[in-house]
Amino acid sequence: MLIDFIKGLAVTFKHIWKKPVTFNYPEVKRPQPAFYRGRHRLQRYSNGLERCVACALCAAVCPPEAIYLEAEENDPKRPVGAGERYARLYQIHQIRCIWCGFCEEACPEDAIVMGPIFEMANYKRSDFVCNKEQMLDAPDKGFGEPIVLKVNQPL
Amino acid sequence: MSRLLIENIIFAVKIVVIFGAVLTAVPFMVLLERVLIARIQQRVGPNRVGLDFIPGLGFLKGKFIIGGILQAFIDGAKLFLKEEVRVRAVDPVLWRIAPLITLVPAIMILAIVPFGPPIGLNIFGDWYKIPLAITDLEVGILFYLAVTGVAVYGIVLAGYSSNSKYSLIGGIRSSAQMISYEIALSLSLVGVLLIAGSFSLSRLIGIQSEGVWNWNIWKQPIGAALFLIAGFAESNRLPFDLPEGESELGAGFHTEYSSMKFAMFFMAEYMNMFSYSAILTTLFLGGFYGPIPLPASVYAMIDQPIFGIVSGVGSAVIGVFWFSVKVFLLVCLFVWIRGTLPRFRYDQLMDLGWKVMLPAALVNMVVTAAVIALVAKPISAAPTPDGPALTIALLVAGVVQVVAIDRILTARKRRILGHAH
Repeated sequence: MLIDFIKGLAVTFKHIWKKPVTFNYPEVKRPQPAFYRGRHRLQRYSNGLERCVACALCAAVCPPEAIYLEAEENDPKRPVGAGERYARLYQIHQIRCIWCGFCEEACPEDAIVMGPIFEMANYKRSDFVCNKEQMLDAPDKGFGEPIVLKVNQPL
Repeated sequence: MSRLLIENIIFAVKIVVIFGAVLTAVPFMVLLERVLIARIQQRVGPNRVGLDFIPGLGFLKGKFIIGGILQAFIDGAKLFLKEEVRVRAVDPVLWRIAPLITLVPAIMILAIVPFGPPIGLNIFGDWYKIPLAITDLEVGILFYLAVTGVAVYGIVLAGYSSNSKYSLIGGIRSSAQMISYEIALSLSLVGVLLIAGSFSLSRLIGIQSEGVWNWNIWKQPIGAALFLIAGFAESNRLPFDLPEGESELGAGFHTEYSSMKFAMFFMAEYMNMFSYSAILTTLFLGGFYGPIPLPASVYAMIDQPIFGIVSGVGSAVIGVFWFSVKVFLLVCLFVWIRGTLPRFRYDQLMDLGWKVMLPAALVNMVVTAAVIALVAKPISAAPTPDGPALTIALLVAGVVQVVAIDRILTARKRRILGHAH
């Protein structure tokens, strides 16, 4: 009985010398795994054209109907996207979104993927409606290759 | 100036210095507890309010302990500035004095604790011997027991006068707990008193001088353990914090208190922790004596009068140092046990108090008395350590008791749980 007590004390004593598992949050952010389903990203090809072809499969598959998009024909002289059509308006309501990742799976072009950003607090409800400009990758960043999920990647 | 006046001034200065030092230590104890508990739970702990606002010290930002060194002061300032909420249904007089009744005894205990060996002071050509304790009462231990007995009234009255069900349950629990553990606490000290033959703390320390092998913990292992456990119960610390019991009683007896009145309860808890550590150090861990005594020639050298004004500074510094180290380690033990054990259930608490600790204290008392009678210890006039014969006899008796208690507890556990473990 007393031995058990000493064993318990030994366990906590060992923990004192271990590295803390928590982070100094605002300065140090927890690294997210590659498969983390954070805020959506709209990817581009390496030449700067958007991958989205405005097929609306994501909007169709979305369980809480959080995605709204309006398609438009691409101007061949000054194309925005790589396909025939592109999304003129692409909105995701982040309060309605349940972060299931179905949009990512449904997308035939790997255009919408979910990224590592998890800080999405805002002051107004209307600010939670995320526009295309907020989600689109920078034009000079090429993401030509399809996303490969690395499931067992260490954190 | 007359000698009496100067002695009274010295007395007042001692009170102010000791009181100030200990009150300043309380915020650091809070910080120590928060940091240690965080490390036990593998968290980072408080590191936001540090010294990094001072230009040039920015590199300290977020560093372990140093990064949060001011946290405790900020918490204190917050409590000062908080609005005080007073419920109309409380009993106004009792409700106001209850925090004081809790805090004052916790501080009063420090009046009898010797922090170091006496120093000499030369004032206007006269030498004064100043013991580094506020007083050296002949009945120090009785004073201590009497004062700790008063502390429970604060908690009970807080619970009663708050006119709240949770507070009342907390107060009732507290009174039941104190009654159960006060007896074991008092009886656990009897062994030490038998060995010392006196209630005086200076004598109790005197018999523990000249090395770690003379400390009372070897003669009274059961007494020390029971005193420590009862100390947890008396200072309402985990695993005996049933009067507070956040998960079941809100905050227990101090549910209805806010601002500085709450801060008084909070301070009382930490002062109690400090006082218990100080008394435990004095009674069982050799007080201000170091584990290995320095040769007399070294003491003669470092205790030389400095500028003909003060003497004995060297041994006083060493004494205060060892006393602080021991108290610090005991406070760490308090926190460590808080980080390890869960809260006791009420019936387990009563069970431990009445069926384990009280019999163990009684047996320890009888065994100690028998051993002292057998070894035929003479009560010497001067407080000097006893020979090794008594220590060895009592140590053997103590180990036998520890093994017996362990066996009995294990058998009880098996019987209660109903299957072999």
